[in-house]
Amino acid sequence: MMQNPDNTQGRMDGGISMRTAMPWILAALLLLVMPFVFQSNSAITIMNQMGITIVFALSYNMLLGQAGMLSFGHAVYMGVGGFVCVHVMNWGIFGSIPLPALPLVGGIFGMLLACVVGYFSTRKAGTVFAMISLGVGELIAACSVIIVVFFGGEEGVSGDRTYGLPFFGVEFLNQVEVYYLTAGWLLISAMLMYLFSRTPIGRMANAVRDNPERAEFLGYSSRWVRYNSFVAAGFFAGIAGGLFAINYEILTEENLNLTTSGSILLVTFLGGVGVFFGPVVGAIVFTLLQTVLSLETEIWSLYVGALFVATVMFFPSGLAGVMQMHVVPIKLGKWRLLVMPYVTTLVPAIFCIIGVSGLIEVLFHARHAAIGETEMTLFWVTFQHTAILPWVVFALLALSGFWLARRNAPSLLDAWHRANTPDGADT
Amino acid sequence: MTAALDIKGLRKSFGQTEIIRGIDLSINRGERHAIIGPNGAGKSTLFNLITARFPPTSGSISLHGRNLQGLAPYQINRLGLSRSFQITNIFPKMSVFENVRCALLWAQGYRYSFWNMVSRSRALTEGADAILEQINLSQRRDLPAGVLSYAEQRALEIGITIAGGADVIMLDEPTAGMSHSETDYIVELIRTVTEGKTLVMVEHDMGVVFGLADRISVLVYGEIIATGAPAEVRANARVQEAYLGAALEAEH
Repeated sequence: MMQNPDNTQGRMDGGISMRTAMPWILAALLLLVMPFVFQSNSAITIMNQMGITIVFALSYNMLLGQAGMLSFGHAVYMGVGGFVCVHVMNWGIFGSIPLPALPLVGGIFGMLLACVVGYFSTRKAGTVFAMISLGVGELIAACSVIIVVFFGGEEGVSGDRTYGLPFFGVEFLNQVEVYYLTAGWLLISAMLMYLFSRTPIGRMANAVRDNPERAEFLGYSSRWVRYNSFVAAGFFAGIAGGLFAINYEILTEENLNLTTSGSILLVTFLGGVGVFFGPVVGAIVFTLLQTVLSLETEIWSLYVGALFVATVMFFPSGLAGVMQMHVVPIKLGKWRLLVMPYVTTLVPAIFCIIGVSGLIEVLFHARHAAIGETEMTLFWVTFQHTAILPWVVFALLALSGFWLARRNAPSLLDAWHRANTPDGADT
Repeated sequence: MTAALDIKGLRKSFGQTEIIRGIDLSINRGERHAIIGPNGAGKSTLFNLITARFPPTSGSISLHGRNLQGLAPYQINRLGLSRSFQITNIFPKMSVFENVRCALLWAQGYRYSFWNMVSRSRALTEGADAILEQINLSQRRDLPAGVLSYAEQRALEIGITIAGGADVIMLDEPTAGMSHSETDYIVELIRTVTEGKTLVMVEHDMGVVFGLADRISVLVYGEIIATGAPAEVRANARVQEAYLGAALEAEH
């Protein structure tokens, strides 16, 4: 059998090579130095939240992206894992368990729940699966006020992570220690989830997603393939729940409900379901918006919603998909062609967004601020919302930005085509 | 010797309409058997009944003497029966290579393994590449299967069907919608890849049928009106009247 010599390399010895290990080493280094770059407590809190969301989103994408199962109730696996972990924190036995092992408990219970629910929910993919996931999600969320012993009713269940067995002298009193615990689990979980996608069952999950019937005629029960993916996803969601329990030391009904399940769908889709690292991008962007933007404006979720709609409409492959689109121009060495068109189109577009959001903010302030309070600060400028000038300025910004971006967009499109055409191919 | 496929008293109704009206058919090991008949005769339905895509209303189907009743498609596949589809049925988003590799997984004993890495298995990679070589798609190895030409997708479909090493191969209209040169290519392909195996195929192209088949069954309105060697079937008066006369005329 003849084969191109340059083709065989990196395929036969596929498992571990420098090329495949590099992204992971870089990620590990990045995780290691982040607390030195961002030292403030609030930054570390945000990074912890990011890490948890990344694990959760990657686990969600095992269902949606890898196995083609749209779930509206994935929060319950994370939530139940987390609740069990908080309960463990309150037991005497906790004193003999090192805290870093706790997420494993969450993972096991998330997996057990998935074993039970998956038994009937993975029979069919598509609408049937989505509806069952929605029903089970609601059911368990409703249980939180019924089974008070476990879910703690409305106030939830809280615990104290520092009662655990000290781990090499570390008692996890401060945020940085929790950060490294989260980062460690993030790296391990992400790696395991990646490896899962390279195993026979992981490959068949893709096959079942694309064409369940064909997979059946290749000897695989599509139901059993889905079930396996579902259980694995439940495990990693439980890990995320354990990390949540350690980080926040409290779990409430909010960790189980539809809002959380819905937002992880949003996070995953925003990042991109077709690429493994898509959910990572989505989780980072979403957490930043949620934490940083929410400090600036009350209506941050409006902007997140707009971003989500724009992504679904214009870039269905998500933010990671947009990143991947640039691989070809870079490989061809033609990315420079894109720089100027990007500047001339995106800068006006940003002005347009600033103008529109400014108008919305002023309007919101005028309608909802306390009576008599007319002063507001936006983009580091303080002004009266009763004055006419801010309205005019924002409207002008929005209109001129829109007009300019619109005018320059064709040149960006043109440059994009040229940057994606190999030399010699264009006429 | 038990027959590769043994069908007895097979019937299938959809509501009031009986599509398969009592079929008895025995296909020997190593035989190339073609099923022909006019449109709507129930050829594809027969295929779907054998492979458990639909359950039969009554009757029995045995594969190498083993009754297939109540088995799911994946279980039948594991017993050594593999099929292709009339409408191309591949994994369009996966690469050509991966399509074939997926078809090899069960046969190579990987089952539902989550402790093996597919890319580390030399047997899988070489096996899939050998199949690609055989179906002449090595050049297309890393393309998404969905972008291949129609004939190439049909070839890939055959590749997926044979990859698992099943000894009974069922092909549903493998040359449908193909030009003459593409048909010749596919017929040659079928001839080589089914060497030493049992082949059951539905086909409309009489040139293909009479060129490939050892035996032919003629299915008309859910009943087999004749089974036998090509020459016998061609000479059969009932077949002439019901189907073949018109079909052969259309060929010329």
